[in-house]
Amino acid sequence: MRGLVLSFLLLSSHLYGAGSSSSYPLDDVLPDLTDKESLQRGARTFVNYCMGCHEMKYQRFQRVAEDLDIPEEAMMSNLVFDPSKKLGSHMSNSMSVSNAKQWFGNVPPDLTLYTKLKGGPEYFYTYMRVFYEDSTRPFGVNNLLYENVGMPHPLVHLQGIQKKVCKDVPKIAKNGGEMREAITGRPLLENKCGDELVHRGVSPLELVENSGELSIEEYDSLIYDLTNFLYYSGDPSRLERQRIGGFVLLFLAFFYVFAWLLGREYTKEIH
Amino acid sequence: MSGLQHSVKNIMNWIDARLPVTETYEKHMSKYYAPKNTNFWYLMGVLATVVLVNQLLTGIWLTMSYIPTAEGAFGSIEYIMRDVNFGWMLRYMHSTGASAFFLVVYLHMFRGLMYGSYQKPRELIWILGMLIFVALMAEGFLGYLLPWGNMSFWAGQVIVSLAGAVPIIGDSLATWVRGDFNISGITLNRFFALHVVLVPMLLIGLVFLHIVALHEVGSNNPDGIDIKKNLDDKGKPLDGIPFHPYLTLGHDLPAIVAFCFLFAVVMFYFPDGGGYLIEAPNYERANPLKTPDLIAPVWYYTPFYSMLRAATFPFLGLDAKFWGLVVMGGAIVLPAVLPWLDRSKVKSIRYKGMASKSFLAIFVVAFFVLGYLGVQHPTPLKTFLAQICTAIYFAYFLLMPWYTSVELTKPVPERIPIK
Repeated sequence: MRGLVLSFLLLSSHLYGAGSSSSYPLDDVLPDLTDKESLQRGARTFVNYCMGCHEMKYQRFQRVAEDLDIPEEAMMSNLVFDPSKKLGSHMSNSMSVSNAKQWFGNVPPDLTLYTKLKGGPEYFYTYMRVFYEDSTRPFGVNNLLYENVGMPHPLVHLQGIQKKVCKDVPKIAKNGGEMREAITGRPLLENKCGDELVHRGVSPLELVENSGELSIEEYDSLIYDLTNFLYYSGDPSRLERQRIGGFVLLFLAFFYVFAWLLGREYTKEIH
Repeated sequence: MSGLQHSVKNIMNWIDARLPVTETYEKHMSKYYAPKNTNFWYLMGVLATVVLVNQLLTGIWLTMSYIPTAEGAFGSIEYIMRDVNFGWMLRYMHSTGASAFFLVVYLHMFRGLMYGSYQKPRELIWILGMLIFVALMAEGFLGYLLPWGNMSFWAGQVIVSLAGAVPIIGDSLATWVRGDFNISGITLNRFFALHVVLVPMLLIGLVFLHIVALHEVGSNNPDGIDIKKNLDDKGKPLDGIPFHPYLTLGHDLPAIVAFCFLFAVVMFYFPDGGGYLIEAPNYERANPLKTPDLIAPVWYYTPFYSMLRAATFPFLGLDAKFWGLVVMGGAIVLPAVLPWLDRSKVKSIRYKGMASKSFLAIFVVAFFVLGYLGVQHPTPLKTFLAQICTAIYFAYFLLMPWYTSVELTKPVPERIPIK
């Protein structure tokens, strides 16, 4: 049996759908659940670009509508595309497992809990911004964060094409400082590629000008909204929880004062 | 006496003649005398009871919506988190409660070590407590599989496969425990039955006996002085105070409220506990083909998990995995015989000698280090450190007969000192 499991493991790592995660540094992102407009835009991007392949099968359209202040009619007419779905339906799609495996090598992961699975929203926010052109891959793209990922770049027409390039960066002296020319003070440059750039804190990617519909800032903002929405869907009662938590703590603090005063009366008698 | 008081008294008399309500209340509450010098460490028992009640109540409500099948379990947890009214609260109370339970129980046990609460005449209380601890570990482990997350699955896989290390019958034993050749829906079903029926019943029964035994001999105290030796003319301990209301309202109530406050901070604001209370891989359904990068148990098992991994070489023709099991099992069971390992004339650390104090101190350090190492990827250096700490853990117990009998102790006062 163990042999069988092992051979499965080995086999699955050879499927082209299975990539490997890298140590590429994650970008910081601070989700804001009170920004309903951002969440609404994120939901729109999700159902338009992600949901064809990725489900959010633990989340219901209705809950999203309620939490994000989207009127029911607007939700049904703009965000629910499948006529068989009702407002109370889960946000699932119709792609079968066998089709998914045939097309992508694996079933695209459910995204309801994705930011929780990755220990925070940073992974997704970074991942969606570091696709690059790679003609050796079946979909023509690769990802810095998830080497050889079996996923196309669904937003490439918005972001544009990113290429992996080499860049000139300042030379680093043995003592760790940047090297400069003695007279002009200009930095001494050297040409570095790939991981060496990453180690220097420089992105090895460069956007091909005018290849996408959005500017870099607009695209980052689109991904921020999408990340925000995924962060929301990971735990939709987060705001409610924190609100109630405030009252509970206030009550307990108030109660403690009286419990302590009562306790003091009894302790006085002891010694 | 008014008419109402008169009829209440009559009713109580009628009941007392048939069921010893007043007598039991007096024996265990209003006329149960506890030492007047108990401190912070003596609050852990009542806090453990509070957490036990929390686990039982939230557990009952969770079972109302939980589906114990491999297909439905993971989804039903998300159903509880999203669709059940205040389901998220029930679930987080239960998951935070599991960690809180171990936290207070570890502190409770440490109190016992510090003040010699296991010594005569409290040997049985200690042994019952150790049984509670083992039942609690089992309960936590069984419950950990139920959400059917990926770490649930793999942790279950690792721990159940330990049974496979038993010579000759190992593989069959592991299959018997799982009910299958791999962790599966069948395993999940039986773990559910054990988690919600058998082990809780055991726990409640053991806790009941633990308290009955305690009330028979009375509480120890930080000075380890027997308060029953000094009685007033009515036969009440001079250094004792009635449990109710002096301890219940004087000490316990404020402590329970403060504890609930801290509990609520974690539960409402940090329910995942930075990945230590609910681990990130558990936000993905169990997947037998996808091993998490690091399989580590929840924090409260990590000291013992480190000891399991510390055994790295075969011995007497049996492989290292078997000895790991022996070391871990030994580490869990060994404290049960403490009452017979401690040869000291005094109970409390306050009157024991330097040897006891030093051994207890390095024991605590070793326990923390083991806990830390349990969540780390093993490296040769870390494994070596774990082996040293395991040796310290065992030395604390096994050398106790020696160091407690040779060290110089301080004289214990007759009466509890007045501060």
